[in-house]
This record gives sequence, structure tokens and C-alpha cells, in this order.
Amino acid sequence: MRIDHDALVIGAGGAGLWAALELARAGVSTGVLTKLYPTRSHTGAAQGGVCAALGNQEEDHWEWHMFDTVKGGDYLVDQDAAEVLAREAVETVIELEHMGLPFNRTPDGKIDQRRFGGHTRNFGEGPVKRSCFAADRTGHMILQTLYQNCIKAGVRFYDEYHVVDLIFEGGDGGDGGRAAGVIAYRIGDGELHTFGAKAVLLATGGNGRMFAITSNAHSLTGDGMALVYRHGIPLEDMEFYQFHPTGLYGLGILLSEAARGEGGTLLNGDGERFMSRYAPKLMELAPRDMVSRAIYLEIRDGRGAGPKKDYVYLDVRHLGRAVIEEKLPDITDFARVYLGVEPLKEPVPIVPTAHYAMGGIPTDLRAQVVRDEANTVVPGLFAAGEAACVSVHGANRLGTNSLVDLLVFGRRAGREMAAYCRSAEAPSIPAGVEEPVRSELEALRTRPEGESPAVLKAELATLMMDNVGVFRTAAMMAAAVAGVAALKERYARVRVSDTGRVFNTDLLEARELGYLLEGAEAMATSAQARKESRGAHSRDDYPERDDVNFLAHTLAYRGEAGPSLRYKPVTITRFEPKPRTY
Amino acid sequence: MQVDLRILRFDPERDAAPHWESYRVEADPMDRVLNLLTVVKAEQDGTLTFRRSCAHGVCGSDAMLINGRNRLACKIRVDQLGRKIAVAPLTGLPVVKDLVVDMDGFFAKYRSVMPFLIADTPAPERERLQSQADRARYDDTTKCILCAACTTACPSFWAQPGYVGPAAIVNAHRFIFDTRDDAGDERLEILADKDGVWRCRTIFNCVDACPRGINITRAILEVSRAVVERSV
Repeated sequence: MRIDHDALVIGAGGAGLWAALELARAGVSTGVLTKLYPTRSHTGAAQGGVCAALGNQEEDHWEWHMFDTVKGGDYLVDQDAAEVLAREAVETVIELEHMGLPFNRTPDGKIDQRRFGGHTRNFGEGPVKRSCFAADRTGHMILQTLYQNCIKAGVRFYDEYHVVDLIFEGGDGGDGGRAAGVIAYRIGDGELHTFGAKAVLLATGGNGRMFAITSNAHSLTGDGMALVYRHGIPLEDMEFYQFHPTGLYGLGILLSEAARGEGGTLLNGDGERFMSRYAPKLMELAPRDMVSRAIYLEIRDGRGAGPKKDYVYLDVRHLGRAVIEEKLPDITDFARVYLGVEPLKEPVPIVPTAHYAMGGIPTDLRAQVVRDEANTVVPGLFAAGEAACVSVHGANRLGTNSLVDLLVFGRRAGREMAAYCRSAEAPSIPAGVEEPVRSELEALRTRPEGESPAVLKAELATLMMDNVGVFRTAAMMAAAVAGVAALKERYARVRVSDTGRVFNTDLLEARELGYLLEGAEAMATSAQARKESRGAHSRDDYPERDDVNFLAHTLAYRGEAGPSLRYKPVTITRFEPKPRTY
Repeated sequence: MQVDLRILRFDPERDAAPHWESYRVEADPMDRVLNLLTVVKAEQDGTLTFRRSCAHGVCGSDAMLINGRNRLACKIRVDQLGRKIAVAPLTGLPVVKDLVVDMDGFFAKYRSVMPFLIADTPAPERERLQSQADRARYDDTTKCILCAACTTACPSFWAQPGYVGPAAIVNAHRFIFDTRDDAGDERLEILADKDGVWRCRTIFNCVDACPRGINITRAILEVSRAVVERSV
């Protein structure tokens, strides 16, 4: 079936929904495609807050937020993008409140704010209250509020449509072509639909499911990233993957940094606040890469807790019942339900958990996808949110900046797409454009024998967790590159056991495994080539940051014999790179 | 421990009617039912079909009928259920396949109560002010994740499929009691309809079913009271 709109939004998390809202307000015919229902998107799992220099609790300025973002990203951040992020954070948060978001309130009725890791006053002097929050379900409220406003604006949703390919006109995406639409598989009946459009936004989120211990939803398989990669567009800075310090032990379920923002502490097996060794000024509110490394080092040096000494504790007991129940209710519930631990009475076992892709689809400040080191635009193709790399997070994202990113650049994407649609002509899509992907899916669905995708997926998750985690070595990354290549080879022969057409999740999970492998390949190869330690990329053979050789963004291009890498300069405007201490 | 897991299976391409299938699964007492379903799908029968996403109780994808009560599969543990576990799709919505139900009607009811803020006054330059007490007034109903566990546990909904259902009323409540909203009257009019709040018989199944701990019956009663006060 063929469906035409002027604009298509792929993914219905925060970035996609805000873009859709802008498009609807501008009167542009828009379809939103999601492989879930919109309210299932992973934006809804974000907990602690969204930073904006409102100054409701104490003095704050967007320039301070910009500085923290640049320093937090270990100076790999594009500073023009960080400036946009910090400036527009303020107006987007205010607009969200106007849309109805139920923020917690100060005694005088303003949006309440609290501390968060790496967010400081006066360029690093000490923590500042910048994170605007709705208890510890800020992401849930953002997702609900944006979805509610999309309903109000009459946005057309295609729920449970799984995008399986992108359509380009006049050449491939990496070869001068323009975006012309997508091909989507309707999950309910297995029909392929061809969607034509002038502008396409990829707001498909991250790919944390390539790791064994992750905070990410099952749906986060990097679909958008993999699809552009297959069309000759590079992936940027994929080696920078964030491990959040406080995942529930053994499970990876996230306990928000808000717990530490409210005064929670980290204790090792000896009951010691070990962060004093690593970040004496900010302590537990140091950026996530540093806290995760500190936890890893405590465990490595025998100071972990528990029978295997393989975790540390998050302690919130001293905060008292009122703070916990009013400001941290959900995460205390997680500890109770999933570990059987009562946080009011005992400290909670935690370990770092795979959380967020700093890298992704390269974009410019207008959310347009760019395909080389000269920032050549792919006409009509846009990306925003975790799927994109603009780059505001550089080598390490600060807490809450994921939400700021998807609000600011989701909104920008929608506005830019609306402007683009006014002047662009409708593409012409040849009949039968969906046949190659139909053949791929049919081959996967009907292959009579082969390996189980579930087995491969488990192997991939262990391989990446063991070798491309918090600490990396040359040998580990070599093992990851070879391991992913071997898995890709085996993937060509996997067999699904469900051969039906109605709601065939077996088939789609196998398809998603292919996307995860593409992302893992780009990540492992980019990591191997970056011979320095910066932000979340930390290796023992090159322990220092190397601004002479590596103050640059990696661009990984897909190739049949493995990816090829190129590098793009970092945009530096206000803040010269300095050593990073907290 | 060994768990006897029974699942109500239905594949519209093969089956004339739903039927129970049994599986033996090795489980840890702290495992969630979603872990068991995942193991069955990966190791015993890849055709087993269910929705899931976040796997920790915040996205609302995997509400199902588990040992006779509506629960999120990712939030109910084996040690809370015992060695015999029976899983079926939510009651009262059309079954698409196995544990997957058609949610479109559920979301249509949600949309029918105008679940969005309507403010008549122009937006100020900064945030609209709201006191902490006014914010607390509707806090409970902001927690809803639209999993449908409440509505599909409600005998009134089973008997009268036109009933808008607890989830939609919860989401109306979230706006009716928000001091920033000016459309409470319109929502109350919608809910004063014969398929609105009066279908509630205070059976409390919804409260038992809600994975977010929302006091749904209280929210419905507060809306009912507002409907009465409006009409006098």
C-alpha cells in the first residue's frame, strides 16, 4: 500500500513527538510511525529531570549550562550546538509547562529545580540547582504531555508500524540523493507499506540492547542509525557510549542520578564514600563517566560489596521518608520490586549499566543529516534525539541533557522540516521500491534451517559488555571487532521459527538484531582507532586525552570489508580545551 | 525452581479458538513473568507472541492476566505467584495473537475525554504558577501509563463495552483537577453520559490491577462528585 505525506516522523519519543507537534501547528501533512504505541517510547523511562537555567532556586545562567555541557563532554562537544542547547533549554521547558507538564513546584509556585551531576554554578565552582523535575518520572510526564498535545493538534499516528528501510531519490543517501520516504512493515498483519514524503525525521532512539546489562528498553536496537549506515551515511562518535553509574545490581534497571542530586551517597564494601578519592569537589555529583570508572576501580581493587565483592551501594537512608516519597518514589519502588531491598532501611546494590549513545547520525544545528567532514547535507533527511549526534554530548553526556537534547532539537527539526516542505517538491517514487526489503524479510521468514537469532543476540550482548564497556584495552577492542564480524557472518544464516504474518515479533526481533550488529560494528571499530582516553572512552594503553591527534569526531562509513573511518573537526567557540577535574 | 507455566495461546492463522499450552521453565524466585515468557520464546517456542518494551514497569506494554489478576509481566515476580503460573491476554479487548490484544479501542476512549491541557488565558512569558497544594491535588492520576490493566479488570466494562472505563476517567481527572486547565466542564459533560462515570460500581478491581498504585476508585468518585456538583 502507498501512503503519502509531506513529512514523516519515525519514532514517537520526545524528539519525534515535539517535531510532529511543530509540523502539525505549521499545517504540514505529517505521519508519525512508531513500532510501539507512542506512550511506550523510552523517553518515558527518564527519571531525574531536565536542566534549564531558569534560576528559580538560585542564580543560574545558560552560559554556565553551556560550559558544563562542554566540559562534561571532555571538550569533544561542538560548542555552537551546546550554546543552542543551553539557550533554548529555557524556552522549551517553559513551553512544556504551558503545554501542561506537571512539574514539582517551589513554595512560591514556580518550577522546582534540583542538583544534578556535572551541573555547576559559575563555571565549575560547585553544584547548582538546574534540573526541573516532576518527581522521578520527568520523562514519563514529558512523553505524556507531548503525546497529549499531539492528540490535541490532530497528529496522524501509525502505531505499530516498523520502519524497515529508507527511500532516496537521485542517488543513495551517502551519494547525493534526497530523502523520499520510508518502507514500513505493519506489525498487525505483516503488510509492507510505502510512505512517500518530502522530509523524513529519524527519531528512533539509541541501541543499548547490544549490551548485556542495560537500562534500555527491548525496543532500543538502533534502527535509524543502522538504516542510514546501510545507505552510505556515516555514524559519528559511536565509540562514546555512556555507562550510567547506578543500575540495579544484576539487572541494569536505572536508579536516577536524582537520588544523588537529593543527597544520596555512594559507599564501597568498607562503607566508605569513595568518591572523595576521584572527585573531591563534586563527589557523587561528578559526571557519569568519572563515577562509573570510580565504581569499576573500587570493585577491581577489592573494595566492592557483597559475597563476590562485585557491586557498591547507593545509600539514601539519611534523606528521610518525606524526601524519598515525594521526590524519589519510583526508584525506591524499583529497588523494592526488583531486588527486594528497602531503601529507607538499607543501601541499594548498584553497578554501572549501559545507558546512552553519545554518538549517532551526524546532524547540523538545523537537525539536517550531514554525510561527511564538510557537513554536506542529505536533503530532506533529519535526525534528532538519541539517534542523532549534533554533537552536544561529545565524549560524555551530562545527566538530564538527553531530555534537553530531544526537546531542543526535536523542536528545531519540526520547524526546519516545515520550512523545507514549503519549498521542496514531492519526490517521485518508482513502483516496486519495496521489493528488495520484501525479499530480505521473506528470506528471513521462510529460511528452512539456521541458527536462532536469540543465541546470537545473547552472544553479542556479552561480547560488547565484556569488551567495549567502562574500561577498554587494545586486546578487548580487537576481540570485539573480530567478534562482531563473526556474528554478522552468522547472522546471514539465522532462522526464525514463526513463519506467520500476524504480529510476528520473532521476525522483527531478528531484523532488529541486524540493526544492533551494524551499530556494534561501528562502535567497536571507532573505539579501536581512537588511541586516547576521553570521556566515556577509557583505555589503559592510552590513559590520557590527546588533543593533538584526537580532538576530532569519528565518522564511520559502512563497507563490505568492515567500516572505514574519517574524522571531522570539533567546533570550538568560547571554551578552549582544558584538563578536566571536578 | 521449576515453574509450570500455562499460557493461553491463539494464532489466528492456525487456530479456530484459544487453547492452553503448558511449559516447564527453570526460574529464580526473583524472576519476573516477563523473564519466563522470554525464555519460552527463545528456547522452546519462538512463535509465542507478547508485547514488551521497558521491562521495568514504566512503559505499560505488557499488562496481562496472570493467575487471575491483571499485572504487568515485567513487574510481578515468581515468588509472588508460586510454582503454577497461568497467563492469558487482557479480558474484554479483541485478541490479535497469543497475549497481544487490540488496543485501538482503549486508546480511542482515552482520546474521547480530551486528555490535554486547555487554558483559555494566553500563556505568560514564564511558567504558569501553581501552588504545591494545587499540584498535589492531581499528582496520583499523573502516574497513569495507559497499560489498560484497570479498564480490562472492570466487570462494568466487560458487561458494557461502551463504558469509557477507569483509565480514561483517571486521565480526565488529571486535567479536571489541574488549576491551570479551563475545560473541566466539557470533560464533566462527556463523563456525565450514560457510558461515563455512572457505570462505575465501586468494585475496586481497578485499584487492585493498577501497577502504578493509583487510587483509581477514589479518582472516579471525585469526578462523579464534580459531575453532581456541576449539575446542581
